[in-house]
Amino acid sequence: MTHGVRTAFRTGAREALGVPAAVLGAGFLGYGSLAADAGYSIWMTLAATFAIWALPGQLVLMEMQAGGAAAVATVLAVSLSAARFFPMTLTLLPLMRDGSRGRRLWQFLLAAQLVSMTTWAVAMRRFNETDLKDIDSRWHYFLGFSAVCIGSAALFAVIGQLLLGALPPLARFGLAMLTPLYFFVMLVGEARNRSSITALVCGAAIALGLHAVAPGWSLLGAGFIGGTAAWLLQRRHAQRD
Amino acid sequence: MHNATELWVLLFVCSAATYLWRGLGVLLSGRINPQSAMFEWVSCVAYALVAGLIARIIVAPSGLLAQTDLMDRLLACAVAFVAYRLARRNMFVGLVCGVAFFIGAAYVRGGIQ
Repeated sequence: MTHGVRTAFRTGAREALGVPAAVLGAGFLGYGSLAADAGYSIWMTLAATFAIWALPGQLVLMEMQAGGAAAVATVLAVSLSAARFFPMTLTLLPLMRDGSRGRRLWQFLLAAQLVSMTTWAVAMRRFNETDLKDIDSRWHYFLGFSAVCIGSAALFAVIGQLLLGALPPLARFGLAMLTPLYFFVMLVGEARNRSSITALVCGAAIALGLHAVAPGWSLLGAGFIGGTAAWLLQRRHAQRD
Repeated sequence: MHNATELWVLLFVCSAATYLWRGLGVLLSGRINPQSAMFEWVSCVAYALVAGLIARIIVAPSGLLAQTDLMDRLLACAVAFVAYRLARRNMFVGLVCGVAFFIGAAYVRGGIQ
């Protein structure tokens, strides 16, 4: 590694080692505890974290599996919960790529696995800044940043899993509530326009309504119906402007 | 508790189905407009699906959380969110307050074990 490349990797790793790793850690600490409660082995928890690398999808899998949902419905729901990765990699990857020069396609295909909400949001913002103007630094910055994020997530998931059995009962409830609270705050905090509020409210109402009738399909129903309603509203709004 | 092999297979397929979006993004980058209506729809669906998931975990949980009180879970969410906003969108303050409230509420109720 040349000097500049090592610096970019370290810069990425260092910047992840603050709020990003800690916030992810909190989410995955709770995930580990829920995994222990659901009967996952540590290997299963780690495999899900590395292979899916999207906390919502990991939770959908756990919830639907625990509820005995049909495998087809589970795979569809997990996949749909990750659909945002498409536009994300679509916008991020060209910023680290320079025509046919340099890295090969398989390297980009591997790097795509590292894309997550956190790594995408930070990379998109940081790539505009002067120290990350060239393709090489961006690439290594992204690898360093992602490595620390994934490492932190895996570490905290294992801690959460081991902690659940070791804690007194009341603290166990608190730990199990951590991830639901994390997502509640994130989703409600993110809902700033009428369309996302619609998606939030419709998604929640439909999931709960269908839960009594067809629990295995309630999340897909929430996604399709709630999401389409929000999308239609957004379109109508956009046309009026 | 579960059939372990079945869960591993399911995990493998789910991982592939998640990767599909990431891989497609690499293959089609530069050829597709990320601002198209299709993507907006897909984002809305994903958002509503995750909202449904969290609502279900909070209102009708399985496992450990099923032993706790619905009102406590709802109030913990409200406490976490208010603390988060009061602390100028600091996630840690929100989580610590929410969890502390939840444990305190469970302690006061006492009946659960």
